[in-house]
Amino acid sequence: MLATVKTAPSWLVSAAFGLFERPMLALQKMTGAQRIAWVFLLPNLVIFSLFTFLPIALNGVYATTGSDRILLGERPFVGLDNFSSLLACQNYLQPNSCERDIFWRAVHNTGYFVVVQVGLMVLFSLLTALILNRNIPLRGFFRGVFFYPVLLSPVVVALIWKWILQRFGVLNAGLEGLGMPTVNWLVEADWAFFWIVFVSIWAHMGFYTLILLAGLQAIPADVYEAAEMDGASRWRVFSRITMPLLVPTMVVVVVLSLIRAVQAFDEIFVLTGGGPGSATLLLLQYIYETGFAFRPQLFGVAAAASMLMAAVLLVLTLIQLRAARSRAEG
Amino acid sequence: MSLSFLTRTRGRGRFDLADWLTWAYLVLALLLMFGPVLWVALSSFKTEAALQEYPPTFLPLAPQTVMVEGYDEPLQLFRVTAGEHEGKVLAQIRRIGLMSQMVDPADPAQKFQVNINDRVPEREFALATENYSVLFDRFNFGLYFWNSVFITVVATIITVLFNSMAAFALSKYKFRGRTLVFVLIVATLMIPPTVNLVPIYLVVSQIGLVNSPWGVIWPAVATPTGVFLLRQYMLTIPDDLLDAARMDHASEWKVYWRIVLPLSAPALAVLVIFSVMWRWNEFLWPLIVLNRSEQFTLQLALNSFQGDLQTSWAPLLGMTVLTLLPITIVFAVLQKYITTGIAQSGVK
Amino acid sequence: MAIVELDKLVKDYGKVRAIHGVDLRIEDGEFCVFVGPSGCGKSTLLRMIAGLEEISGGELRIDGERVNEQRASERGLAMVFQTYALYPHMTVRQNLAFGLENIKTPKDEIARRVAEAARMLQIEAYLDRRPKQLSGGQRQRVAIGRAVVREPRVFLFDEPLSNLDAELRVTMRGEIAGLHHRLGNTMIYVTHDQVEAMTMADKIVVLRDGRIEQVGSPLDLYNEPRNSFVAGFIGSPRMNFVDAVVETVKERSVVARDASGALFEASVDSAGLEPGAAVSVGVRPEHVTFGSEGGKPATVQTIEQLGGNSYLHCVAEDGALLAAHLPGQTAIRRGDAVRVVFRPDFTHLFRRSDGVAQKRLVVGEAV
Repeated sequence: MLATVKTAPSWLVSAAFGLFERPMLALQKMTGAQRIAWVFLLPNLVIFSLFTFLPIALNGVYATTGSDRILLGERPFVGLDNFSSLLACQNYLQPNSCERDIFWRAVHNTGYFVVVQVGLMVLFSLLTALILNRNIPLRGFFRGVFFYPVLLSPVVVALIWKWILQRFGVLNAGLEGLGMPTVNWLVEADWAFFWIVFVSIWAHMGFYTLILLAGLQAIPADVYEAAEMDGASRWRVFSRITMPLLVPTMVVVVVLSLIRAVQAFDEIFVLTGGGPGSATLLLLQYIYETGFAFRPQLFGVAAAASMLMAAVLLVLTLIQLRAARSRAEG
Repeated sequence: MSLSFLTRTRGRGRFDLADWLTWAYLVLALLLMFGPVLWVALSSFKTEAALQEYPPTFLPLAPQTVMVEGYDEPLQLFRVTAGEHEGKVLAQIRRIGLMSQMVDPADPAQKFQVNINDRVPEREFALATENYSVLFDRFNFGLYFWNSVFITVVATIITVLFNSMAAFALSKYKFRGRTLVFVLIVATLMIPPTVNLVPIYLVVSQIGLVNSPWGVIWPAVATPTGVFLLRQYMLTIPDDLLDAARMDHASEWKVYWRIVLPLSAPALAVLVIFSVMWRWNEFLWPLIVLNRSEQFTLQLALNSFQGDLQTSWAPLLGMTVLTLLPITIVFAVLQKYITTGIAQSGVK
Repeated sequence: MAIVELDKLVKDYGKVRAIHGVDLRIEDGEFCVFVGPSGCGKSTLLRMIAGLEEISGGELRIDGERVNEQRASERGLAMVFQTYALYPHMTVRQNLAFGLENIKTPKDEIARRVAEAARMLQIEAYLDRRPKQLSGGQRQRVAIGRAVVREPRVFLFDEPLSNLDAELRVTMRGEIAGLHHRLGNTMIYVTHDQVEAMTMADKIVVLRDGRIEQVGSPLDLYNEPRNSFVAGFIGSPRMNFVDAVVETVKERSVVARDASGALFEASVDSAGLEPGAAVSVGVRPEHVTFGSEGGKPATVQTIEQLGGNSYLHCVAEDGALLAAHLPGQTAIRRGDAVRVVFRPDFTHLFRRSDGVAQKRLVVGEAV
């Protein structure tokens, strides 16, 4: 594999890099051998400043200005109006009582989605990792089986399932063959919600399985051998040895999947478009539609909603960093 | 010949309940994970007519037709399942209400009236490759494919170049502000681009990159993940090697591309795989930036076709298969490499 | 021609001073060894000469020309690293050629030099292998070869043998010495191993805490250590030290008495010593004899009989450990009570306040 990387047209690579030889040497003579580091940093930093640092700073400007103009100079300052309109609610548990009811429906859906999807996905990932950690033949193959959907594009994932779940799709045909009632899966609200959870688990659990498996395999074999010498039962080995040693990895997996679930968009957007109605509309789709898809483009509201989402993500990431640190130390 | 490897378990030599459950789970998973993809692949070879059939057939089967003397068009063949002509294979001339007017291909003079519920179509195995060829003829597949390939390849090259240069600076030099820069870059891992869609769009539109592949490429190339991954790897390259190269008259640029880059090959390969995956599969940002169909990536084209009310599943399935094919091939070849790479770096 | 001069060379890491104004002159063709315990600054000093560490103060001259500001590659030096630092992704041949390619040496010239170095170091058979496929000794040869092809003014070695096993180390020591004879270049060699220093050097520089303790030929340092640090560092087994107090000052010797009452006589200059002064009495193990009277009573704890030599380790009543080196074989047994006598002509005396040695009056290794 690496050999193929190296045998790639190396003269071409050499020529390309060689091109920079003279200008870089000239720069090095100017900067000295240590400050040349800034020259190496520069391209990445420029891109970073333009597309990451600057936007982070500008997000707040958009959130506090109004109108559908994208240029900052044309946007009147509105203070916290965007936030207050998003947060204007008589009862936060009832999206209909809110000024921006769709936003709150998206918040509700997202909250529900995050809890159910992450809960089930972590459970199945753990179960799968435990099974793959057994001494089974073809382990590498099965690991690949679970991981394969992770690589598929969200659009492809959605289309695959849309094809299966359509009114006259193979799932309904199978049910009918078994004499069971058929369902118009993506048209009935509760089922549509079930399927967005199912499909997103299907598409992503392989990744978390892989991380958990790595965590399991990091537990030294002699610990298990010692437990076997101590005559521990399988359940006790699991509950008293495997799980406690896996907790740090579990925390990372839970937080990572939470962060991703809060931003879920692609598969769901293609699979249901947020429908039926707004039954499967999630937060990021709301932001996308408010800011870009619908007219007038409410950039300010979209930015304000983004910042609310960012706040949630920030908290989750801080938890993750702490967990990662304790994993590194433990 | 022994199949004992199939029953090899935790070394106890007997196949107990846990093993049965394990295998049941794995077989079920195999069906659930690969089944849908396989089903789409099979379906993509069915004709539009076969796709309309309900319940669907497993294999791509097409209704059989026959040329009958005296008729210009080929006629569809049916097997009669009830009534006085039961068992005969007849060609349908036309349908009138619930009755079908049929003819025996062997004896075109004789005509029959058969109830449409008393006959089933005769079918044969046929791959509808036109689902694929039509993509190139009518659906501009080549253009979308090229757009996706262009964005993926160019963005990956720039990502690897810029990220490795930054990682080199952050891992192999001591300069004032190094820690600050590193912390700033890593901290942005906390703020995913989805949070900054609006202002990133402003920047992209001000540079005039809306509806340009560069509008997708530039915002994506300075990945904090890549810088972090490469820096951690480069830290493990001994500084003595760099010093030896400096004693060997190598300029700093040469030290970077002749020594450090080749030695970072494993980490670079992981980043290449990630970057290809990210860019090939990316959806939301291209959806925002690319509004003209001639700029669409495969993902956008797929999405816009499926959103079309007149969705014609046959070419859509073909396109889906062609879109997942490159990733599937890469995965089949590099499976072990990808999974270990991702398990070790813990990013996606 | 390559004379290396260090003129009040200083290295600071932030507020910490690692090298405190080192002055040194290394003659053309000289094999100079920097030796000292780990952390003494010897590697830093070498890297400053190489151009890999910035010089904070003072001046470095090669052949009289100031080179402080020159890049590593411009100083015309070549370095062999402790870890060999062979480029793992290049073959041996590419490793040797890399430096020459960088200065655009003609291809046939590169081939000639590589072939010559390979023949000299007997690595011709591995030229197309990668470093990973070589043994430690072979890698070491390649690392030296990479320096040789450059035809540098000065060779720098940074603990090049410390990763080899003991036997190979002896072989490579010989080869590096042979290389020096053949090429005649100036070589600067850093090691923490005083045996390497003693066997290879024309000139040894003993360093401690970023300062030079003593500079001299191996035997100068052995016979006339300037202070107790150098005396203890050079020589194996280590010099015996006994804390004592000056008893009487004679015309050509000094007598000191330790806490247990044992008397030691040293043929040293008494300048600056008064009776009652605190001193350290030092004697090398080969200058210890066993007598029936005088000296320090002790019990033999272990005996190493090597056939040609015998090493005895004795423990005195007050717990002091004393080593003795006797030529040939000995009849003394473990547990025997002995009296350890220091031969006055070879006994060193160091002031305990600053460790400085009294000048010895018997010069060299007179028997």
